[in-house]
Amino acid sequence: MSIQGHVFKYGANVDTDVIIPARYLNTSEPAELARHCMEDLDATFVDRVQPGDILVAGANFGCGSSREHAPIAIKASGISCVIAPSFARIFFRNAINMGLPILECAEAAEAIQDGDQVSVDFDTGRIVNLTRNQTYTARPFPPFIRRIIEADGLMGTLRQMQDKGE
Amino acid sequence: MAMTMTQKILAAHAGRDAVEAGELIEARLDLVLGNDVTTPPAIKVFEAAGLKTVFDPERIALVPDHFTPNKDIQSAEHCARMRRFARDKQISHYYEQGEEGMGVEHVVLPENGLVAPGDAIIGADSHTCTYGALGAFATGVGSTDLAYAMATGKTWFRVPEAIRIDLLGQLRPGVTGKDVILHLIGKIGVDGALYQSLEFTGSGVATLSMAERLTICNMAIEAGAKNGLFPVDDKTRDYLAHYAPERVAMNDFTVCTADDDARYARTIAIDLATIRQTVAFPHLPENTREIGSFDPIPVDQVVIGSCTNGRLEDLRLAAHWLKGRKVAKGLRLIILPGSQRVWREALKEGLFEIFTDAGAVISAPPCGPCLGGHMGILAAGERCVSTTNRNFVGRMGHPKSEVYLAGVPVACASAVLGRVAGIDELDA
Repeated sequence: MSIQGHVFKYGANVDTDVIIPARYLNTSEPAELARHCMEDLDATFVDRVQPGDILVAGANFGCGSSREHAPIAIKASGISCVIAPSFARIFFRNAINMGLPILECAEAAEAIQDGDQVSVDFDTGRIVNLTRNQTYTARPFPPFIRRIIEADGLMGTLRQMQDKGE
Repeated sequence: MAMTMTQKILAAHAGRDAVEAGELIEARLDLVLGNDVTTPPAIKVFEAAGLKTVFDPERIALVPDHFTPNKDIQSAEHCARMRRFARDKQISHYYEQGEEGMGVEHVVLPENGLVAPGDAIIGADSHTCTYGALGAFATGVGSTDLAYAMATGKTWFRVPEAIRIDLLGQLRPGVTGKDVILHLIGKIGVDGALYQSLEFTGSGVATLSMAERLTICNMAIEAGAKNGLFPVDDKTRDYLAHYAPERVAMNDFTVCTADDDARYARTIAIDLATIRQTVAFPHLPENTREIGSFDPIPVDQVVIGSCTNGRLEDLRLAAHWLKGRKVAKGLRLIILPGSQRVWREALKEGLFEIFTDAGAVISAPPCGPCLGGHMGILAAGERCVSTTNRNFVGRMGHPKSEVYLAGVPVACASAVLGRVAGIDELDA
């Protein structure tokens, strides 16, 4: 499974309050949350983001609250993957459970710049920067995590298992 | 195989003699927590999966506290969904507004006797790590993990390695547990303990009250930690005897101690006597400065309360510093007792009269302004000194507002002087 998109780049410690401010937590509808994604960090994000685009950021991405609304908002905004040197642990868990691919790769997070065109192969962990003609390697997901992402999240996996009578 | 305190608790809940850092384990849970923000999405997941029953209605706590009393129609719908679910599944620990036992989740769970040493607890709220103060393993998760845990009573963990924090000596007068955790976060950064446990130890532990330990563990997440953990001592036992007498009577708790030769990622020694009144400047909890080391900063609002500093001891401290003083003209001081029980005790002790005389507004006990929910939202350009736990951009309102995190004494001095200030400046 691979994706390609235009990069939105942000700094370190992007927190869940800027990803989706608490004033919008009175809903958990993905489309509604997506309308306010990154609002307090970059108010132009929602107008510019296109399906398939990629978020690249500094260390400790997703720090702060346990709100699953954060990965839901990012995913529903059209973002196909987040690349950072490290993720806050609750966000990491929530992103996988929501089927939002996230890759830890310090080298890629540093080298990739805002606006670059980048492709990511989740099976191999290969990240190709088409704008700068560079390649970086992240540790690929183990098969069970890939299965969660392909099933659109943990609950999708559960439904697939139920359908197959596993 | 030598283990840290966290590793011992996890091993016991995984049915194993030993676990080591980095391992993935499935663990049995003693308590599963959700609130009015995180539970409705979990219910959606629960129902979409066709699940009908919870693993144990006695081991689930559902606490309406973030947007309660309902701040708008959508919040009211969320709370109604959670209330229906709680009734339908006969959840024992659901606390309605005004009911005995209600309040901010991380204040009420220990007060209601639901947390004891050796427990393994998850909550769909990042500050679930608060309960480490009682010698329990507790950590935050998201709504999908909450749904799974409500159904099965289990979850998976990656066993964390730990940072050992050796606390030595004793705090100086006017310096509190809040200053300890702000000092530590300032030292190691907001990702200084990422994926790790913060295990507190050393002779200084005995000098810290349970309220201070709860405040310290509450903000472990602000250093990126999976959990914070204190050893069990006489103060823990006294606390349990008061708040969890049934569990004490049934001997229903387990005291875990770290092995002497347990391995730690690193050890940090902190002499408590060297810590000064500390403030975290916008917009990260790691931006700490000591009182006296910066130019005057005018303040529009002060908030005292929350899962970090909304306990009775915090309100007593606030009353001590506010007694006979007045809030600065034009400044709003908002005090939120953390629970109905705290409210009742504060009322009985006459603290509300002191607050009222000082010119504070006393609010109902929700999370409210801490997360920019309601009851104290900031306008563009406004500054707030708050005893809460986060000062991210837009955390308490407008993205152009600012939050300065501090302990109760600094909050009181700032309210009286109208600028970010320490208690030494009060009568200067």
